[in-house]
Amino acid sequence: MKLSSPLEVYDYLPKTNCGECGETTCMAFAAKLIERQEKLEACKPILEDKFRKKYEELSALLAPEIREIVIGTGERAKKIGGEDVMHRHQLTFFNETALIYDVWDTMDEADLVARVKAIAGWQKFYVGEFLKLHGIAVRSTSGDPSKFAACVKKVLENTDLPLVLCSFDPKVLEAGLEVAADKNPLVYAANKDNWKEVAELVRKYEVPVALYAPADLDLLKSMAVTFSEMGINDLVLDPGTYPAGKELEETLQRFLKIRRAGIVEGQKEIAYPLMSVPLTTWMVYDDPIEATYWETVLATVFTIRYADLMILHSIEPYALMIQRTLVDNIYVDPRRPVQVEPGVREIGNPTEDSPVFVTTNFALTYYTVESDLSSNNIDCYIVVVNTEGIGVEAALAGGQLTSAKIKETIEDAKLEEKVKHKTLIIPGLTARISGELEDLTGWKVLVGPVDSGRIPGFLDEKWPPK
Amino acid sequence: MSTIKFEDLVKILEKYEIAELENVVIEGDVEIEVPQGGGDTTALQIAIGQGAAQLGLSLMQFAQMLGYPVGAIMQPPGVTPPAPAEAKVLDKLIEAKFSVEPETYPTAIEEVTLGATRADGGTRETTVTLGGERALPFFNYAAKMPNPIAIAIDCFDMPIGLAKAVKVHYEDVMESPGEWAKKNVEKFGADMVTIHLISTDPLIKDTPAKEAAKVVEEVLQAVKVPIIIGGSGNPDKDPEVLEAAAEVAEGERCLIASANLNMDWERIAKAAMDHGHVILSWTQLDINNQKTLNRYLFKAGVKREDIVIDPTTAALGYGIDYAFTNIERMRIMALKGDTDLNFPISCGITNAWGAREAWMKESPLKEDSDWGPREYRGPLFEIVTGLTLGIAGGDLFMMMHPGAAATVKEITKTLAGAVESKPVPVDDWVTLEV
Ligand code: B12
Ligand code: SF4
Repeated sequence: MKLSSPLEVYDYLPKTNCGECGETTCMAFAAKLIERQEKLEACKPILEDKFRKKYEELSALLAPEIREIVIGTGERAKKIGGEDVMHRHQLTFFNETALIYDVWDTMDEADLVARVKAIAGWQKFYVGEFLKLHGIAVRSTSGDPSKFAACVKKVLENTDLPLVLCSFDPKVLEAGLEVAADKNPLVYAANKDNWKEVAELVRKYEVPVALYAPADLDLLKSMAVTFSEMGINDLVLDPGTYPAGKELEETLQRFLKIRRAGIVEGQKEIAYPLMSVPLTTWMVYDDPIEATYWETVLATVFTIRYADLMILHSIEPYALMIQRTLVDNIYVDPRRPVQVEPGVREIGNPTEDSPVFVTTNFALTYYTVESDLSSNNIDCYIVVVNTEGIGVEAALAGGQLTSAKIKETIEDAKLEEKVKHKTLIIPGLTARISGELEDLTGWKVLVGPVDSGRIPGFLDEKWPPK
Repeated sequence: MSTIKFEDLVKILEKYEIAELENVVIEGDVEIEVPQGGGDTTALQIAIGQGAAQLGLSLMQFAQMLGYPVGAIMQPPGVTPPAPAEAKVLDKLIEAKFSVEPETYPTAIEEVTLGATRADGGTRETTVTLGGERALPFFNYAAKMPNPIAIAIDCFDMPIGLAKAVKVHYEDVMESPGEWAKKNVEKFGADMVTIHLISTDPLIKDTPAKEAAKVVEEVLQAVKVPIIIGGSGNPDKDPEVLEAAAEVAEGERCLIASANLNMDWERIAKAAMDHGHVILSWTQLDINNQKTLNRYLFKAGVKREDIVIDPTTAALGYGIDYAFTNIERMRIMALKGDTDLNFPISCGITNAWGAREAWMKESPLKEDSDWGPREYRGPLFEIVTGLTLGIAGGDLFMMMHPGAAATVKEITKTLAGAVESKPVPVDDWVTLEV
């Protein structure tokens, strides 16, 4: 985006403060646009004729530096690219790196279906929602168009995840497209030999396409310019992922350079989403654990440094969890409020004998505790103290979690009318305020485990209180 | 659904002096219904008849250029759109050259050397130099990192509770800090060793400072690499413990860990200066606090080449977003000229083991997919936490799992361009059989 302050945006808006956009003033709307929390089209007046010129100018100025494209259709469709900054603190990163895991057309059917289901069904609870994987890459290892088509078909029968169709043979790609084109798959890939045929294909089927020019940025740019000239703009650039040694170092440099050219220098010709293929580590390491480790290492590097999509091979659960968590953590919006509503919550169907747990309103803390309790079917109350979105230890250190605040929260919710045992269970990390809290509230205080995952075992031993 | 009148379109076109329209007279109003969305022209032909279609097309295209949402107009059922005819087919690639200007920064990170050899008044056989960067880590095309990321492996002055995957490597040496330190260097290849004097904590064993100092001597004798001396983290006890330790390690250029805002940092700084050590300036995820503490240290007389900073490490999944951004921001501010912050950065990567996903046997949540065996999960948590903060700007890592330490060493050396390996033919990775 070419603008950096709401004032600059404001200049282009109708300045009537009519409120149609849902904001009370044009200036407030301008601020939302800068933060990319609103779409310009929410301002209906600017779509009128008389503002047409301003609308177009502003649209162009607000467009993200890196083109945003969509792969797949429906609920699981995945946006990639659309980035505006080199570093997350400068605004935020917008579209999580798409984690795409491979299947191949020489797999036998049962294995194929099992693998697709494992990828599509994978989930990990984290900060109030389930993390999931983003897509499946179907590789043609057979080179046989009909085999490829059959494999793609089988995959589609078993998942609605976005697909990447991988082959350098246009005939194979076309066979896949005949089956999957209406699912808007990414075609992988046009290279220096097949680009003309692939261009025809993606034009015919109107699908996004990856351009592959390993270790050759001039060629990559030439292809991007040529495709754009042909009216094909939903491009993903693959500068090649070399998995080891100096070649890996050079690979990283290419990612750094392309992204800088796109964002800092505004070189539109190369400002497309980037993709990396950590799967190439499997060309180096024979031992599957070693290969999985190094694949995750590469995934770490390219999650942080600018891959918008990655193709990976290992679906070892420990690797998936770590890769997916990192993507979340790098792309989480640093401006996002990380709080939940304070107050007293009921989990399950608590009675007057059910335990009462105290925690903070930091989303990561709250959801961790909440899911530990509900997933173990523990009927209880959670006292969610307003710590302004700070976790247990930092809130204790920073003064947002105090005995007085805990007291206030239980009194506001009239908790003494709901339970008869008058006992609070506090996080292990807050042990040092337990005496003070007892004195202040008159409730009995039990110091719980340091980690809420251990609450079930703790209850077996300590509940009901004697 | 909005409506564009033909008349309006013409007005626009006139304003832009469109050639095709010069000899065309349009009578009456043709109304085109315009819903939001994609693009199609067949429908237009049907709507306004073949004769006007040519003109209509130009108008449509133009309207589209102007940002009018003239998309998939009222596509009648059964009509498939022809391939977009307007785009050219090219026969040859349009040759283009890629180039980009590297970023340049005015300020370098200070270089800090840990450990002193005989020539410099110590007894170390190796030294470790940190810092000196002129760009973000691994942005080698802008400026190479002059010094590799160094890895220190932790040992403690008493047996402690450790995650199972870590513990198996240290069970035989936990009773002896000297043996432990030796194993870290000889078996696990550590560049440095950290001795944490945690038993000095009044709430643990309250070991007197004098006794703790003996442990430091033991470690210095056991290994010939530079060492880091850590207190227990108790703000009241640490000053005297670290003072005694600094004294027995006179002249060895150890890293004294650490001075914090919530304790008598002046006393620790003085001890480090008096006995020839480097000081670790530790704050918790707060750039302003880091600047403040560093300024206090300058004022107390600590030289710039004697400071390493620790802005606090958080584990993957448990605040690494804060730690990453905090470090990356500090590093960028430093390179851009903030001389309160241009120091090498130390990271306690061992914190990764605080994440329950690193050590718990399985997920406490039934809805989660399997987490996989923890012997593989834990070390990978430490690796990814380390590498992530290395990419942000960390120069010195305190680590624990030997395999994790080795992997982080290897990948950070590789990204710095210091590892040779056979070329890998990735051109046709698609057909790889695995
Ligand atoms: C991320 C972080 C921050 C973030 C906080 C983000 C946020 N929204 O909370 C920021 C950058 C803002 C921050 C600031 C500070 N931080 Co800070 N921070 C951390 C860090 C890295 C991770 C904390 C975290 O998120 N943990 C994950 C959450 C889920 O854990 P949790 O809330 O404790 O919940 C767990 C348990 O407590 C338990 N649990 C929770 N509820 C319940 C309930 C019951 C009944 C039971 C049984 C269990 C239970 O289970 C949960 C899951 O395991 C830690 C270091 C570390 N531990 O790695 C330091 C740390 C907590 N911070 C610390 C400090 C000192 C501070 C500051 C005071 C420093 C400063 N800059 O001045 C400020 C205070 C800010 C404030 N209060 O306003 C210290 C605390 C030291 C201490 N023991 O007193 C720590 C430990 C770092 C350190 N070693 O010095 N920090
Ligand atoms: S809708 Fe447009 S004109 Fe009305 S207040 Fe919002 S920004 Fe201003």
